Order: sequence, then C-alpha cells, then structure tokens
Amino acid sequence: MDRQKKIIINPGSSDARLTRQKLGFGCLTLTTLATVIPIFAVVIYILIKGLPAISWSFLTTFPFDGVKQGGIYPAIVGTFLLTLGTAIFSVPLGIGAAIYLSEYASESRWTRIIRIAIINLAGIPSVVYGLFGLGMFVIFLRFGTSILAGSLTLSIMTLPVIISTAEEALRAVPQSFRVVSISVGATRWQTIRRIVLPQSLPGIITGVILGLERAAGETAPILFTAASFFLPRLPNSPLDPTMALPYHLFVVSTQVPGMPVKIQYGTALVLIAFVLGMNLIATTIRSRARAHRQW
Amino acid sequence: MESTKNWKEYILTRLIKISGYSAIIFVLMIFYFLLREGLPTIGEVSFVNLISIRWYPIEDYFGLLPLIGGSILVTLGAAIFAIPIGICTAVFIAEIAPRWTRDILKPLVEVLGGIPSVVLGFLGILILAPALRRLLDLPTGLTALAGSILLGGIAIPTIVSVAEDALDSVPRSYRDASLALGATQWQTIWRVTLPAARSGVITAIMLGIGRTIGETMAVMMVTGNAAVLPSKWNSLFLPVRTMTATIAAEMGEVAKNSTHYHVLFFVGLVLFLISLGINVAASTAVFKQRRRAERILS
Amino acid sequence: MVISGMIKILIENLSLQYSDGKESLRDINMEIPANAITVLFGPAGGGKSSLLRVFNRLNDLADVKLISGRVLLDDIDILDPKIDVITLRRRVGMVFARPVVLPMSIRSNLTYGLELTGEKREKILSEAVERSLRQAALWDEVKDRLNEPAVSLSGGQQQRLCLARSLVLMPEVILLDEPTSGLDPISTGKVEASLQELKQGYTIVLVPHSVQQAARVADVAAFFLQGELIEKGIGKELFINPKDKRTEDYIMGRFG
Repeated sequence: MDRQKKIIINPGSSDARLTRQKLGFGCLTLTTLATVIPIFAVVIYILIKGLPAISWSFLTTFPFDGVKQGGIYPAIVGTFLLTLGTAIFSVPLGIGAAIYLSEYASESRWTRIIRIAIINLAGIPSVVYGLFGLGMFVIFLRFGTSILAGSLTLSIMTLPVIISTAEEALRAVPQSFRVVSISVGATRWQTIRRIVLPQSLPGIITGVILGLERAAGETAPILFTAASFFLPRLPNSPLDPTMALPYHLFVVSTQVPGMPVKIQYGTALVLIAFVLGMNLIATTIRSRARAHRQW
Repeated sequence: MESTKNWKEYILTRLIKISGYSAIIFVLMIFYFLLREGLPTIGEVSFVNLISIRWYPIEDYFGLLPLIGGSILVTLGAAIFAIPIGICTAVFIAEIAPRWTRDILKPLVEVLGGIPSVVLGFLGILILAPALRRLLDLPTGLTALAGSILLGGIAIPTIVSVAEDALDSVPRSYRDASLALGATQWQTIWRVTLPAARSGVITAIMLGIGRTIGETMAVMMVTGNAAVLPSKWNSLFLPVRTMTATIAAEMGEVAKNSTHYHVLFFVGLVLFLISLGINVAASTAVFKQRRRAERILS
Repeated sequence: MVISGMIKILIENLSLQYSDGKESLRDINMEIPANAITVLFGPAGGGKSSLLRVFNRLNDLADVKLISGRVLLDDIDILDPKIDVITLRRRVGMVFARPVVLPMSIRSNLTYGLELTGEKREKILSEAVERSLRQAALWDEVKDRLNEPAVSLSGGQQQRLCLARSLVLMPEVILLDEPTSGLDPISTGKVEASLQELKQGYTIVLVPHSVQQAARVADVAAFFLQGELIEKGIGKELFINPKDKRTEDYIMGRFG
C-alpha cells in the first residue's frame, strides 16, 4: 500500500529525506538533553551532597582546626560585603553611563569609542582584572589587600554588564513618551527622572542583579586583592582583608589536605544557592515587570 | 526656584557625561598598569628565554611557549566539544522545540552560565578527573582533557544564547519559502536558516571561545598545572598549564618587582591583547548582523 | 488677511531645512489669528508638521541644518536661541497624531505638566484636572476613574485626554497634528466640537487628516505643497473657490 503511493507521487527521495530528518531531530534532541541534563545534575548533586553539611551553626560560626571544622560564616559575610561594595561603585557609575549613552549622546565617533571600550572591558579575563587590581588598588593606591581593593576591582569588571543591560532597558522606553514630556515643558533631565528611569527600572534592576551575581561568584579578581585564607575575626573596616565564598571553596578543595568532603560540598552549596538565588530574583522581577507594563 | 533647579541639573548632567566616558578611562588604566608592570620583562628577560619551552621561574626559565601551548590546547579541545553541541542545542531550541519550551530552556541554559567557575572546577576535581582516570586508564585525571570539558561547559551557554538569538531573528519568510519549495524542515534548517544566521552564529562561537581563553579557576583546578609544552600526540591526556592558571597560581608567591612578577604581568598583557582582539572582532560582527537584520525586517 | 482683531503668531520669511533633506519649508509668510482655528492642509511632505513643530520649538529635537526668518508669538521671536524654550512650551501646547498617554493614571497624566513647574498644592492640581477634562468633554466619562491607568481608556478617550493634557497649563496656543487620524467618526466629532468651543479662549492651529475635516473646522485655511505656502483663505472660501490650480487639484482629489 505504501509502496504504491510512493511510486505515484514521488519516487524514493522524500521518504529518505523524512527518515534523515527524524534521525537528525533525534540527534539534536539528544544534544540538547546533553546540555540541559548536566545543569540539573550539577545542581542536584551538589544539593544532595552538600545538604548534610548545612546547619545553623555551619552558616553562623567560624571555622577552626585550620578550616577543617566549623562553619563558613566569615566567608558568607565576606562575599556579602564584597557584593555590597561592588554595588556601591558600579551601580551609580554604570547607570550614569547608560543614561548618557541612551539619553544624551548622539551617535558620534566618541560614542563609538565608548562602546568599544565597554566591549573590551567585558572581554578582559578575570585574572587580568586581578592583576590590575593588584597593581592599581593594592599597591599603587596602597589600599593593601582589602575589601576596598577587591570591591573596586570587581566593580570595574561588573561595569560593562550593568551598562549594557541598563542601556537596553532605557532604550526600550518608547520615544513618544519623551516627546510628549518635552512638549509640556520638561527639561531632558526631568523627562529622564520622571518617566524614562521609572519605566526602565525593572530592566535596570534585573541587569544589576545579574551583574552582581557574577561578581559574587568570581574568584580570580579577589585572589590578590581582597581574599584571605583564614581570618579569626570579621573585617571591621573596608581596608581589612576578608574571606569569601568562592575563594573559600577553592582553598578547601585544593589547598587543605584531609579536608572533609562534606564541608567542601556544603560550601559549594551555599555559594550556588547565593548565586542562583540572585538569578531567581532577577528573573522574577523581569517577568513581573513585563506583565505590568503600561506600554 | 527655577535657577537652583537649573544649577542642580547642570551638575547632574556633567556627572552623567563623566560616567559615560568612564569606560574609556578604565580600559586605558588597565592597559597602562599592565604595561607598567609587564614591560620591564623585555629588559629583564631575553627574547630567547621567552620563546623557549621551559617555564621554570625558580631557575629563571621564563619560556612562554608551554603556557601559550597549554592555553591553545585546552581552548581547542573546548571548542571541538562546545561548538557542535552549542550550535545543535541552539538549533533545537530555536527551530524544533515547541514555543513554550523555549521559555524554559533558555533560562535554564543561562543558569548553567551563571554557575561560578570555581564550583565547576570543584566538581571537576572530585568527579570528572577521577572518572577520566578510570575510564581512560591514565595516571591522573587532571589533564588538558578535563580542562577542555569544563571549559566547554562554560562556553556552551554563551554559544547557545547568542546563536539562538541569531537563529530566531532570521525572518520567517526565509523558512516559509524553503518549505514551500518542498524542502523538509531539516533541510531548511541546514541549508537556509543557519546560513542566514551565519554571522550571528560565528559571533556566538567567538564570544564563547573568548570566555574560554579568559577562564582561570576551573582550568587551574583541573588541568594539573604542569607547565609542559603540549607537543605529543597524546598531550590532551596529560597535565598542562594555561596562561591564566599560571598567573593565578604563581602571583601569590612572587616578590613584588622581581623578574617573575614582571613576567606574570607580561603574560597578563598578552591575555589582555588576545581577548581584546577576539571580543572586538566578535562584537563588530554583532552590530553588523543586527543592522542587517533590521534592514531586512523593516 | 485677518478676520477679527489680533494676530497671535506672525511668520516672516521662515525657511527650514533638515540634515536629511526631508520636509523643508521655503520662505513662509503668514499670520495666525487669535481665537480662531487655522488649518494647515496639503499632501504629505508639504511641511505642515514641520511648521507646527516650529511653534513650540519641538524641532530642536530633530536634525535641523538650517533655519532662518522670524516667528513672532505676540512680540517675541521664538526662533531666538536666547529665549526660554521651557516657558514657550507651556504657552504653546501640542496634541499628537497618535494618542500618546504617559504610563500613569489618568490624573497623573494631567498633573504631569503642572508638577514640572513645581506646583504641589492638591487643590490647584485637582481644579486643573477637572477644568481641562471638562474642556475636552471627557470629564463625565472619567471623573470616577481618575486613578486608573490611562491606557485603560479607549482610543478616542485617550486622544481627548491628550487634548485635556495640553490644556492643563492654560496655554495660549494649541497645536494639533492630525489629532483624529486614528479615531472613529463619533470621537472625531467630539474632538472637533471641543475645538469649536475652545477657540473662543485659545488660538488653534490644526493639521487635519483629510480635506473634509479641513473644510469642516477651518476659520482660516492654508494650503501647503512641498514646503511652500501656496494659498490661504478665510473660512470655506478656499474650498469652494480655490484660486491656484494646484489647490484645486488637491481639493478635488486629483492628487494626494
């Protein structure tokens, strides 16, 4: 029956093509699964192996016995402080630059140079940022190994992410709003402050959170600028060095002989939870804003 | 009251303008510091030394070739692994998967991109390396191969994300025309859609590779850190050292202003210039692709 | 040609050219009378919208290569770079072709312009809101929903809201650029009726979206073609008895 149909309509080739298509689709599906399944696997595996280590004391006490026992409290605080410091420097600067590019600058040679500079900053390897931070903040400006040096280094690294997402969010606001605002006698800044910024804020916040999420998880930039292997006390000034989660994970998984595996997984879990938690917040803000948009 | 408002607004506008130019200032600062601390290398280390194949700083051997070779090997391995998988996944998400799955898969892939590299390196040490050692019967699993696999995992999200956007922006009319001529969806994808998105896909690959070259922690933890020139056919299965790992591993132990210190900065300078080249090339292509897409769609 | 009393805007030898060469104006000489509806009509690209945008200096936002001549609002040359553009834009209000409501409540859309001046007093703001909505014949329809988002209004209501918005600052001149182009006939009728009422207190300059609308509302009509003012006339005179052949051809629909 099938054979008869084939002879009448189209001898041979279309059947072969469809088979090839099915095979091909199958391959692609497998490939995608190969990409997606490891993501689940990684998160779930760390969850399973790390959860036993998580307890209130793990999260709130200091490590002792080298770092082989105890908690990771100072590392958590350190990452939090570094992220905060990064935000303080990179957010105003990044949003300011985005406002300049979106609302003030006209497309000229200079704006092209600015954009190329932003692209460059985005591509610099994280360890090179570490070198720069070492040379400029730790040594030249004499901040020493400190939260300040680390935050400044991380801020410059985070800047391109914030600028590009913020600029995109600003540009998404319809131009007609600006024209209407100007036509009732607003200055450019009034228009930005009262209409453009409020409307683009969710997109900007999303970008900021995603940028800070990256900064929180980076090790190389803080290796020589802020991080310390073990500190008996919490830092009490920005010029103090600090422990940090990514660096702590690096240390406990490579530099400490006889390190209990459970604590290693626990540290990894806390770090992932921190980072993915920020990701979740950013994604939620983004989708809720899209739903409530008045344009 | 109007005049105070004007005065405040004037200062604010000035500040905004300065922020705009700040990116240029930072790039120049970074370049300057790398030069400042890295260039003394040229005076302190002979050219012959730099291009030798021995990296052994304790005895003043500063051959960069093993490091560059290590970086290239690991990156190449990552590329072979990540490019096919990344593009196939992007094709799947953009062309074959039903629309609603796209909203699940894309964020999911972005999650992978968000996992800190130190976590991946950590898992590499505990799981990947021992597995490789057992599977391939090697003396150690900490090899270039392990590095390549991890780096591939880091590059894939970038490739998938950008390539998927590029494929998605190919106008429907291209696909419709091809199908109307009797081609199967499969043929349409490979003969029409993908070629149309070519520059975006190439950009995706370049950006992914760019991330790979700059990656530090995962490779450092997992490639074994033997600064040996990868010259044998089985170098993939041997320990190796990348430029990035070298800086990260040795910077903590150098004396300030020593020759070793300068050389490490010099390596950083080389990395800076390489990634500069790749990312500028990739992103100029992005601008062109976007403009072309706009012209077609308008 | 003046109908009664005052000239609100006097245009002398106005020429305008954009950097990309589009829609320029060539040596326009014209008077816009106060308390009347002046209609600028003609085919696309004729310069009507450009002229409108000169009156509130909105063309500052575009790439203008060259502008010369004088445009006197009362006795002030608004083309003078030294004048305060902000104040000008409060004296000259504008309604655009597609209703653009700001992403805020109905009330906030209206108080926006006032708040820019620093006005914070609730009483003054509320009075302005009611007054302008009544003038735009929208008060009854929205008086109970002032805090709802403006986007929840229908197209015709949104456009009347835009008209109300332009009235809040009590301007002297109202510019309307094809204000009813997207609206159904009933809404169009309401807008046109409002304009007839408003002209007693305001100077109105309108770019119509059809010759018929021009004929319906014009107290003074001016025909523009490719940047030149071809002909002007009082009331329906231009539509019944055009003097220039080009005017006649356009009105007859022979081109457009």
